[in-house]
Amino acid sequence: MLIFFSLIALFPIVLIIMNSFKLKKYIFAAPFALPNTTTFSLIGYETVLQRSNLIVNFGNSIVVTVASLFFILFFGSMAAFALSGYKFRGNAFFGFYLSIGIMIPIRLGTVSLLKLMASLGLVNSLIGLILIYIAQGLPLTIFILTSFMSQIPDELKDAGRIDGASEYRIYSLVLPLVKPAIGAIGIFTMIPIWNDLWFPLIVAPSAKTATITLGVQQFLGQYVSDWNAVLSALVLAMVPILLLYLVFSKQMIRSVTAGAIKA
Amino acid sequence: MLDLRGRRTFPAFLVVFLGPAVVCYTLFMMYPLVESLILSFFSVQPDNSYIFSGFANFVKLFTDSDTAPRFWGALKNNVIFFLIHMLIQNPIGLLLASLLVTRGKGRRFYRTVLFMPTVLSVVIIGFIWQLILNPLWGVAESMMSAVGLGKFFQPWLGLPEYALPTTALISVWQFIGIPMILFYTALIGIPDELLEAAVVDGCTESQAFWRIKLPLILPTIGIVSVLTFVGNFNAFDLIYTMKGAFAGPAYSTDIMGTLFYRTFFGQQLQLGNPSMGATVATMMFLIILVGVLLYMFLFQRRVKTYQL
Repeated sequence: MLIFFSLIALFPIVLIIMNSFKLKKYIFAAPFALPNTTTFSLIGYETVLQRSNLIVNFGNSIVVTVASLFFILFFGSMAAFALSGYKFRGNAFFGFYLSIGIMIPIRLGTVSLLKLMASLGLVNSLIGLILIYIAQGLPLTIFILTSFMSQIPDELKDAGRIDGASEYRIYSLVLPLVKPAIGAIGIFTMIPIWNDLWFPLIVAPSAKTATITLGVQQFLGQYVSDWNAVLSALVLAMVPILLLYLVFSKQMIRSVTAGAIKA
Repeated sequence: MLDLRGRRTFPAFLVVFLGPAVVCYTLFMMYPLVESLILSFFSVQPDNSYIFSGFANFVKLFTDSDTAPRFWGALKNNVIFFLIHMLIQNPIGLLLASLLVTRGKGRRFYRTVLFMPTVLSVVIIGFIWQLILNPLWGVAESMMSAVGLGKFFQPWLGLPEYALPTTALISVWQFIGIPMILFYTALIGIPDELLEAAVVDGCTESQAFWRIKLPLILPTIGIVSVLTFVGNFNAFDLIYTMKGAFAGPAYSTDIMGTLFYRTFFGQQLQLGNPSMGATVATMMFLIILVGVLLYMFLFQRRVKTYQL
């Protein structure tokens, strides 16, 4: 049973990778055969590298994902530290306010968000995208990190305070203690940002700012009849995330649970 | 927890800690969401100004001869899309999770493989399946022929009566890993003593599942359901990639997300309309809100009864 479902999960991906290395004739003649010396061809990859913008798109995706992730984790961990570490008036309010966004998708605010980006001059800029993704990622990050940080014993922080450490210093002492949680959240937040089509399509669709997901979508739409190019573009778009997945699969899978426990 | 309530002034470091997150979240999430809700009560004038129009946009969305069929159609399709996920994705996810739990060796391998499609972008998945189902390539057809089902093959994505279930099943194929992992985590959390005690008392395998495991993973069923609900009523990428903004054939795959996009941006001859777009978004907001509230009131209360 598990083998059967695993085959269903794997087959489409393997089929695409296999055929991307074949001459067009053989893609159609023998789609299930592995490429061999007579059928092998890199023509699709050549077309993609020459005609597409995928390298620029790839760079954009890296910039957007890394920058968003950094600020989500930085701002999120500071807010979580404040919410978990201090009793102050408004603590419950901020905790609730910041958690509203966990269940409400930010997409529903797109009409106003586009207006806002236009008035800030951030349409077709990566900064605009990054700001949206930071806002999107914060609620869940803060929620999870707050619960992790409140497990850290007060004595630890108080010891620091007695030694004269500032509150900022104490934050920097607490941060390494929740490293595993930060890693899980990082992966959990990263994938939707990397894979997002909606905001790149609406807020940053220009050739210069398109992310890999949008770039592939547009390239595939244009070259729909060039099977070699389509298959190769699909493989090129899949490979980075698949490699990352194979290296970090354990953490990635675990992060799903971390992300859902919140609800 | 350091008690700061006695202090007269709000400490500066709290502002530093909370400030960036609160500002960013307010400006780029809460403000657009709230303004979008408000916008749905206004209408755009030819000079791009907005005037208050009460519920006029909603009345138009529900009753106008152009927009109403699209709205009700998208809503109906979205409900079907969701039901297919609930009836196929989540039960199979649970089945796979149960199989994984009982399996000793190879557990990690299967988990990794079954979860793989989930990490890929919907755009890639959509195109892969479009190719596989393409009669021109004939991969799906020749595979069906190999098991004697060749005569049942049809270009499903192009037929109005099949396109929606087909896209929904592709989405199921991609995201099955999420319920699987969540159920898996819940199942391995059930204490062994409990199941052993049941076996000693003469409990059969199926009784153990229905009477012990299922009630205990009820909270997870709730979480999976609400995640599926929010995800499905917010879906867009797959339909847009496979069927374009018009969600063809004949709007048969149109769901709330594609309707929202079309209404807001316009397509070809139809002009985009921000306030009507905001109206569609408000409806999506209300639908999702109802789902989340239902979950909170129904499930979170029920859950308590089953806590050990």
